[in-house]
Amino acid sequence: MSSTVTLPADVLSEHPASSFWTLSRLAGAIILLMLALFAFLGPALIEADPLSQDYDAVLVAPGDAEHWLGTDQFGRSMLARLTHGARLSFVMALLTAASAALPGIALGILAAWRGGWVERLLVASSDVVLALPGLLLVLLLLAFSPGSFGPLYLGLALYLWVEFFRVARIEAARVFTQPVVEATLRLGFGWGYILRRLLLPALAMPMLTLFAFAMGSAVVAVSTLSAIHVGLRPPTPELGAIIVELMPHYSEAPWQVLMPATAIFLLVLSLQLFAGAKPR
Amino acid sequence: MKQRLMLRLMQCVAVVLMVGTLSFALMVALPGDPAMRIAAGRYGPDMMNSAIADQVRAELELEQPLAQRFVVWMGDLLRFDLGHSLVTGAPVVDEIGLQLGHSLMLALLAFAISLLIGPTLGALAGLMPGSWMDRTTLVLATALRAVPPFVLAVLMMVIFAVTLRWLPTAGFGSWQHLLLPAITLALGLAAMSSRVMRDAMVRVTREPYFAHARLKGLSDRAVVQRHGLRNASLPVFTYLGLQLVYLVEGVVVVESIFAFPGIGHALVHAIIARDVPMVQGTALAMGGLFVVLNSLVDLGCVQLDPRLRRAA
Repeated sequence: MSSTVTLPADVLSEHPASSFWTLSRLAGAIILLMLALFAFLGPALIEADPLSQDYDAVLVAPGDAEHWLGTDQFGRSMLARLTHGARLSFVMALLTAASAALPGIALGILAAWRGGWVERLLVASSDVVLALPGLLLVLLLLAFSPGSFGPLYLGLALYLWVEFFRVARIEAARVFTQPVVEATLRLGFGWGYILRRLLLPALAMPMLTLFAFAMGSAVVAVSTLSAIHVGLRPPTPELGAIIVELMPHYSEAPWQVLMPATAIFLLVLSLQLFAGAKPR
Repeated sequence: MKQRLMLRLMQCVAVVLMVGTLSFALMVALPGDPAMRIAAGRYGPDMMNSAIADQVRAELELEQPLAQRFVVWMGDLLRFDLGHSLVTGAPVVDEIGLQLGHSLMLALLAFAISLLIGPTLGALAGLMPGSWMDRTTLVLATALRAVPPFVLAVLMMVIFAVTLRWLPTAGFGSWQHLLLPAITLALGLAAMSSRVMRDAMVRVTREPYFAHARLKGLSDRAVVQRHGLRNASLPVFTYLGLQLVYLVEGVVVVESIFAFPGIGHALVHAIIARDVPMVQGTALAMGGLFVVLNSLVDLGCVQLDPRLRRAA
């Protein structure tokens, strides 16, 4: 690090704007946008109820005039179930990632700012969370009331905040040691100004990456847990549950299993592509 | 090194505290009379009556205040007295012993297969960066990483068991039953390790010592074997720690999907049946396994890289 006082713009331009839109990030953003349109416009545009059953049209193959993407074993519209499932995944992922990111970043900044026992305590509690693999922690919390939304959401947020905390703490500590911070303080600006103008811009990129990763993890976790029958339960149109429910009917209706699997794959893939490389 | 192992010991304590506390809370939070439940677990629902329940209540001191019961609960835990399953009535330790063996077999096989695929492909790709080999493995690894283990399990089942009929879909008994779950886990692990190995290999080939080994006239084979692989495998080994998370989580998922009677399958079933002693036992076993494997990775890193020994 140079000993001269550098302008904030130079200090923080580790990620210049031109390198932000890499090819893979662009591809990820496009797929993500299309999935988001499908997930949020779908339920509004499609009248079919994802729960309404029609026993005259069971396991209809995709391409049917009335059921574009076919129907499942109870004659429910696959299109409706897929859009509602995608929306559920999106909302759950956004919700858990946001609930993990806000306290994670805030505590990370606090730890770097205060140091001392505050930092030690926060680091220790984040280490305790990491002592168990994330899925085990979520499973233990889910044991309190399997199949319900609360513990699932709580467990995921409890596990995912650690990553935000760790990176935010390191990044904030890096910014605080820079001469520009001391210079700004001496010029009479307060900590609020430093937070707004120096810290948050420096945190934006790594946090965005972590946010996309956290959303991907949440999508995987939510669908996995309902696939092993402890997460959200049928008849909720949840992508993982749809796959497992239709698995016994695979030989008659292969597409009905492959479509939700593709949806999860594309969702996770686009989030990972958009996230780029994980900050250390 | 001692410091690393001390940290692992702390991790172990954290696992026991967390699992023990959550299980105790779970026991307290369950609706109904715990004495009745335990009596039913021990003597069978038919044999149970309020007299036996009272006996259990007195014996286990269930009337005591919460704090005291918590101390007793944790004390039992520390003496490895994990209690009896509420469903089968068998001692939890016996059940776990059997299941842990099955899971270890699965995990080790998956791990061995992943080591055959991942680092090998990664090393080849790293020796020829930018080649078709490099690009193909990049696309494959990126795609595989985006497939959750349970989706991969379903796909493997559909391809190899339902369509090709080479292997059984689910169950336990012969080595064929082990193969699909193991390959499912291995593919996910290999997708990660191949990229780590590839990047490490690229870095190593740019090092001066690598060029020097070449210039002094060693054959390509000798250069790669003696100077390339060992140096490049270090980051892969360090990365194993992260892979263990995937492995332990994957075991739970894959066992459940393939109905493989391991510890992860047992944990999920215990949660569905609300069999608290089994939840605690299986979670402890998996958490403990996680810590032990992590410590082994730590030790392995030191074995592989003498520099760490001096630093410690």
